[in-house]
Amino acid sequence: MVVYALCGVAALVALAPVGMALRASPRGTGVVYGASLIVTLMLLVMSLDILLTGAGASATTLPFGLPWIGAHFRIDTLAAFFLVVINLGGAAASLFALGYGRHEDAPQRVLPFYPVYLAGMNMVVLAADAFTFLVAWEFMSLTSWALVIAHHRTAENLRAGYVYLLMAGFGTLTLLLAFGLLAGAEGHYTFDAIRAAPPSAGVAALVLILAIAGAGSKAGLVPLHVWLPLAHPAAPSHVSALMSAVMTKVAVYGFIRIVFDLLGTPAWWWSLVVLGIGGATCVMGVLYALMQRDLKRVLAYSTIENIGIVFAALGLALAFKAEQLPLPAALAMTAALFHVFNHSLFKSLLFFGAGAVLSATGTRDMDRLGGLIHRMPQTAFAFLAGCVAISALPPLNGFVSEWLAFQAILLSPQLPFWSLKLMVPAVGALLALSAALAAACFVRAFGITFLGRPRSDAATLAHETDTHSLAAMYVLTALCLIAGVLPGFFIDALAPVVQALTGGRMPVQTGVAWLSIVPVAESRSSYNGLLVFAFIALSGAIAALAIHRLASDRVRRAPTWDCGYPDASTGTQYSASSFAQPIRRVFGTLVFGARETGSMPPPGSTAPARLTVVVRDLIWDWLYAPVAAGIAFASDRVNTMQFLTIRSYLSLVFGALVLLLLVLAIWP
Amino acid sequence: MMREFAFQGAQMLLVLLLAPLLTGFVRKVKARLLRRQGPPLLQPYRDLARLLRKDVVLSDDASWLFRVIPYFVFAATWVAVSLVPTFRSGLMFSWTADLIAIIAVLGSARFFQALAGLDAGTSFGGIGSSREVMIASLAEPAMLMIVFAIALIAGATQLSTMSAFMNSDEVGLRVSLGFCLIALIMVAIAENGRIPVDNPATHLELTMVHEAMVLEYSGRHLALIELAAMLKLLLYVSLIACLFAPWGISPSGAGATQLAAGVASYIAKLAVLGAALAAFETVIAKMRVFRVPEFIGAALMLALLATLLRFVSGSL
Repeated sequence: MVVYALCGVAALVALAPVGMALRASPRGTGVVYGASLIVTLMLLVMSLDILLTGAGASATTLPFGLPWIGAHFRIDTLAAFFLVVINLGGAAASLFALGYGRHEDAPQRVLPFYPVYLAGMNMVVLAADAFTFLVAWEFMSLTSWALVIAHHRTAENLRAGYVYLLMAGFGTLTLLLAFGLLAGAEGHYTFDAIRAAPPSAGVAALVLILAIAGAGSKAGLVPLHVWLPLAHPAAPSHVSALMSAVMTKVAVYGFIRIVFDLLGTPAWWWSLVVLGIGGATCVMGVLYALMQRDLKRVLAYSTIENIGIVFAALGLALAFKAEQLPLPAALAMTAALFHVFNHSLFKSLLFFGAGAVLSATGTRDMDRLGGLIHRMPQTAFAFLAGCVAISALPPLNGFVSEWLAFQAILLSPQLPFWSLKLMVPAVGALLALSAALAAACFVRAFGITFLGRPRSDAATLAHETDTHSLAAMYVLTALCLIAGVLPGFFIDALAPVVQALTGGRMPVQTGVAWLSIVPVAESRSSYNGLLVFAFIALSGAIAALAIHRLASDRVRRAPTWDCGYPDASTGTQYSASSFAQPIRRVFGTLVFGARETGSMPPPGSTAPARLTVVVRDLIWDWLYAPVAAGIAFASDRVNTMQFLTIRSYLSLVFGALVLLLLVLAIWP
Repeated sequence: MMREFAFQGAQMLLVLLLAPLLTGFVRKVKARLLRRQGPPLLQPYRDLARLLRKDVVLSDDASWLFRVIPYFVFAATWVAVSLVPTFRSGLMFSWTADLIAIIAVLGSARFFQALAGLDAGTSFGGIGSSREVMIASLAEPAMLMIVFAIALIAGATQLSTMSAFMNSDEVGLRVSLGFCLIALIMVAIAENGRIPVDNPATHLELTMVHEAMVLEYSGRHLALIELAAMLKLLLYVSLIACLFAPWGISPSGAGATQLAAGVASYIAKLAVLGAALAAFETVIAKMRVFRVPEFIGAALMLALLATLLRFVSGSL
């Protein structure tokens, strides 16, 4: 199996020169994205086959990489699940790009990198030794960096690329150190060898911290998230979708692989760290998202929120696993993995919608959009489905995974430690808060962008997007609905992965009456998305039918009422900024140091009144700005070394030599 | 099977018929407390019937979503309230959604209603929507924390099981349950837009939330939205009744006398809680809108405290 997967990866890599050759040809877009679509679909079918039939792990070694090790590749159930996520997202993005890519004004900067980027993500998951893993990881980072700066003429994008490159370098460095510690003095670089010789408690703790920093910086955990909302929106939209929906999941894979698989038995306090970071990340992410005006940036920040949810669930799973409670651990792990899958669906969908809006109007600023539901009805429908799903509302899929996470939290009084007893309910409250704020965030994102009246000429002149893009969005919408109403099948499909990671599994769901899901026992909790969906549809239809038959079905069109003061100016509508104002006032002063200052002109003056709002990113101010200032200061000092005389250089060389010899002499 | 199905149907019809009566009753009691005559008890039914017969006047800027949303909001609220045990526990479909899911179904209804406020592109609709989601962003976590605390005590989020547990001898007096009750009442007030959070009786005041959001609705659409609001009030009252006053709810295999007692006790509970709501609204003043977060934040903190207490000790 793994050989076929590697052939697929090789095919994707081989597409890069094709993309290069066809960069100027009008057929280039179709060829590259069409071929990517076919290859990712084949990889998808293959990995689904492994996941569903429960085929055993398959491994191979290729003769490159470090000479005395070679490159190891392996597919087990965990890798198969993440391959499904990657290639489903990849296939959807390729389908979308078949239409969207035609609007690309610089295809030569996208076409060669896109298939290699897909190959890189697949390779990270396939890798089975530290060296291959790190090479694939860095490969994935660099190709995505190239895609981020595809539109390099915008200064903003260049800055995004710079920050991204720095943070990606930091992440790889920490992972390098983590694997260095795992490999030990003997240099066991293969995962099998690492697994066979788990590190001591102190080393394991260090590896955990490094893994959180390394995988977390790629996934967007607070406070390592700063690059994400800059880089994800800067890329072309199908790449944004891949980065947000898929690459963050590859980072989650890295974390799970290291912490749940390679590190051996966890200590209970690890979960405390992961839970705390996850809880903080989900609330901070969604609050940031609420403050943005740029549609794609809203989506990028909301990715941070969802990663927070995943990590909170992983933290719970870690706590239960450390306490030898396999059943709750399996529940929490299922919640995490199911949310990984769900988020990859609806985040791709939303980025596709944002891409369609961007290519139809040329802007991502919500305050210049509006009324698009009339001009792009199908995009609006799909985007709405994505908004409902990501806001964790039934009957779509986002709700199911959050519901499972809540059920796992409700099992946590079994945990013996006081700090966990206090931490878990607090994280539960943060999850609940972030779910409610996410709903607010996506009412705003959809309402301001698609509803109301157009706020600019560009929005007035928008038109529906092409069929390929719509097809990609509809496929994802359908999957969101299916995963929402028939979650039992998905939970069962995840069972082998969960079994391998936690040693337990949730009860089999497919046999439950009416296709409900029952995490522990029916008297305790159950949910049936199918019936909720059917009941709401049925009651709504009955109400509509009864009212139209028995009462009235007449409609008159008239100007908007608005209390008798309808204003022709579209500027009087609520904008993205004004919609967020109440929430900014409630949370903003604490989290963002937000300040509002209003100035009124004196009576008689015709000058406009002004309201100035300052929202700061306190993490940037307190964490990154000092570090950046420190580095700038140090490099300024070091800079003088470039302009010394030859005598000073010679004495420096001499001093260094003496120092090194001294060290050698003293070294025991 | 058929019998169970009939009971589920009876519950759905009962809540639909009782909801306007409860609203009418609260209005009547409020009027009497202010020494006014007040509208007759059946006035809400007449209002609904009148609205249903009228034409819909639709804004030129409204989209298809605007016309679908009233049906969705009504259907979602109706489904949610049908799953709360009222006069009889062990409803046929009670396992369809546990309490967390019921809250989330109400969340879906609110999500779409807030979107409807933005659809016509007016400033009134926008102000209503943005305030509604601000209130919801605190009320929903508070509600979930209440559910957590009670679920940890009852060992289930299934509403039938929770209600049965609260009716058993195992409950006893607990501090955390007291906190939960207070928090639940505060959340119920906020969710239903009652005084002091919002005033259901006013139109066109800048403090209003719900009424501003539905300003562009008319005719049958407005009737559905109002009916959904009445159902939501009934839902929260029934929820408080079935969790904190579960006496008299007839078990699933009960005979006719027990059922009659169940219906009678349910109506009595509605009357008592409705009268209490009217009395509370009469003696308290409406808050500024930016005081509301403090109000609901207090509920959130109480509920979180209840959950923490429960995590810390099994007997609190």
